[in-house]
Amino acid sequence: MTPRFRHPSVLPGFGLTLGFAVGYLSLIVLIPLTMAFLRALDLSWDQFWQAVAAPRVIASYRLTFGAAFLAAAFNTVFGLIVAWVLVRYRFPGQRLVDALVDLPFALPTAVAGITLATLYSSNGWIGQYLKPFGIKIAFTPLGVIVALVFISLPFVVRTVQPVLEDLEAEVEEAAASLGAGRWQIFRRVIFPAVRPALLTGFTLAFARAIGEYGSVIFIAGNLPMVSEITPLLIVGKLEQYDYGGAAAVSVVMLIISFILLLLINLLQRSSQARSSGEVAA
Amino acid sequence: MSIEIQQLHKCFGAFVALDHVDLTIPPGQLVALLGPSGCGKTTLLRIIAGLETADRGRVLFDGEDATRRHVRERGVGFVFQHYALFQHMTVFENIAFGLRVRPRAVRPPEAAIRAKVSALLDLVQMGWLANRYPSQLSGGQRQRIALARALAVEPQVLLLDEPFGALDTKVRKELRRWLRRLHDELHITSVFVTHDQEEALEVADRIVVMNHGRIEQIGSPQEVYDAPATPFVYQFLGNINLFHSRVHAGWARVGGLRVRVPEYGDTEHAPAMAYVRPHDIDLLREPEDGDTTLTATISRVSLLGSLVRLELIQSPDGEIAEVEMTRERYAADPLQIGDLVFVKPRQVRVFLHDNPKAAIPAYQWSGDGDGI
Repeated sequence: MTPRFRHPSVLPGFGLTLGFAVGYLSLIVLIPLTMAFLRALDLSWDQFWQAVAAPRVIASYRLTFGAAFLAAAFNTVFGLIVAWVLVRYRFPGQRLVDALVDLPFALPTAVAGITLATLYSSNGWIGQYLKPFGIKIAFTPLGVIVALVFISLPFVVRTVQPVLEDLEAEVEEAAASLGAGRWQIFRRVIFPAVRPALLTGFTLAFARAIGEYGSVIFIAGNLPMVSEITPLLIVGKLEQYDYGGAAAVSVVMLIISFILLLLINLLQRSSQARSSGEVAA
Repeated sequence: MSIEIQQLHKCFGAFVALDHVDLTIPPGQLVALLGPSGCGKTTLLRIIAGLETADRGRVLFDGEDATRRHVRERGVGFVFQHYALFQHMTVFENIAFGLRVRPRAVRPPEAAIRAKVSALLDLVQMGWLANRYPSQLSGGQRQRIALARALAVEPQVLLLDEPFGALDTKVRKELRRWLRRLHDELHITSVFVTHDQEEALEVADRIVVMNHGRIEQIGSPQEVYDAPATPFVYQFLGNINLFHSRVHAGWARVGGLRVRVPEYGDTEHAPAMAYVRPHDIDLLREPEDGDTTLTATISRVSLLGSLVRLELIQSPDGEIAEVEMTRERYAADPLQIGDLVFVKPRQVRVFLHDNPKAAIPAYQWSGDGDGI
C-alpha cells in the first residue's frame, strides 16, 4: 500500500477492507463482465459491427433505453407522490400500503409480466376500457413501459422516503411564515432538498429497467423492430448458439448503460453539492 | 402592534397545553414567556404565529381578530430554536426568500431585494458571509441569519421560540444582549419563549411566568423576582430555601424564628411554607434578642467566583439551607465548617399550603386584561 492511497485515519482495517471490497467486486462484477468482452473479441470487426448495428438491434436499443428512461421518469414523479403520502399523512391501512410498495421487488418478474399482459390486453380488465379510445397497451411499446414502471417503482419510493422523513416540518413552517404558498414551498424548499435522493431513485429505477427481461417479454409481444427489447435479442442469439453475437450486443448495452449511469452520477454530485452547500467551501 | 389573547384553550389528547389563558402584550414591548418544559409556552407562541390552532379562544392583533388568519397572512416573523434555515440556499437567498415569494404585483425589483438583504446582513453584522451556506456557519451565526430572514418581510410581530436554546453559554449571552439592542433599535412587538430565567430577567421588558398551561404571574423582571405571586414563581426564578412553618393569628413560626404576617391575621394553626432567597440571609455569631434567628452549623463552604456559598444544617431537624454572600463580606468574618451560626433572614415570604395564591395580596398577578 503506497502512502498515496492511505488517508490518515484512526480507523483500522483500511488495507484489509479495501482488499476485500476489490476482490469481492472482481469476483461478482468485474470477471463476469470481462468474460462478455472477451467473448465479443472472438468476432472480427465486421462480424461485430453486423451483430451490434443491424437495424433490428438498433431498434431494440432505442426501445430498451427509451422505455427505461420514460418508466424511470414516470416513477420519479409518481414515486415522489407515493413517498410523500406515506411520510406526511397517517391513515388506516398505511402499513399495508407501505408493504405493498415493496411487492414488485419480491414478485417473480414473469408473474408480473403475465398479470400485466392479462390486465392490459384488449379484453382484459383495464385494457377493455382503453380500447374504445384506441389505446393499446399489451403487445406494444407502451406495454413495455407499463411493465418497467411496475418493477422500478420501489426504487424511487424507498430512496426518497427517508429523506422526506428527515425534512423538518419547521423548515416548511418557516417558509409559510415568510409568506410562501404551498406550491412555492414545494418548489423552493422541499424539492431542492429531495432532489439528490430523487435522482438516486431515478438512477436505480433506470438501471433496473434497462436490465429487465422477465416481465417485459410477456407483455411486449416481442415484434421485431417494434416491441422487442435488447435482452430478448441477446437471449434469442444465445438460443441460436450465436455466442459471439450475443456477447457483442451485451457489450454495447453495457457500455451505453455505464456511460449513462456515469453521467447521472456526475449530475448527482453537483446536485448534492448544491443541496448541502459544499460547493462554495 | 399589540397582541391580545382571550381565553385561549388548547388540548393535545388528554393533555391540557393551555388552560383558558388571557394575556395582553402592548405594542413595542419585548416579552418573555418563561416556564418549565411542557408548561404551554411554546404552544401559546405557535398559536400567536398561526402555526397551531387553538381549540377555543381568540387572538387579536391591534384589536382585530386574527384567530383564523393563515400564518402566511399574519405578518409575523418566526424564529425557531433549531434555526430552520434553507440548507440549499446561500445566506443571501435565505434572507431574500420572503421577498422573492411575494406575488409579482408586490414583489420588489431585484435591485431593491439586494439592497434590503444587504441592509439586513449589516444589521446582523454578517455581510461577509452572504455567499456561504448555512452548514458552513456556527450556531450563533445561523440564528442571526434566521432572525434577519424573519425581519426581511417587515413583520408586525416577532416571535422567537427558544432562540438561544441550542447555543453554548458564551454565545447565548452575547446573542441575548444583541437581541436586546436590536429590539431597542427596531421596537417590533416581540415575544420570546425561554425556560432560562436568567435570559428572561436580562432581556425582557416583561415576563410572563407559565406553569401547567396557566399564567402564574405577569410583571417586569424586578417584580417577578422580588415579589413572586406564587410559590411556583418563587421556586422557578432564582434559588430558594424552603422552611416548614405554621401560621397562627398573624404570626408564622419557623423553628425558633417568628415572622409577622399581618395578611394571615385570621388564620389559625395552618401549615405553611416559608421562602427565603440565599442572598437574603445574614449569619450572626451571637444570638439576638427575641425570636429572630434560627440556629445552624456550617457544613460546607464553596467559592463561586465573586460569591461565597455556605451550606448550613439547621439545628433541630437537620434540614439543609443555602446562604450566599459576597467575597468581601465573607472575608470580614470567614466562617468555617463546623461553626455554629445564628441565621437571620432579611426577607421571608410565607405561603399557606392550601391557598398559595392568596398568600400576599399585594403581589397578586395582574393578568386581568387591564393592560398589565
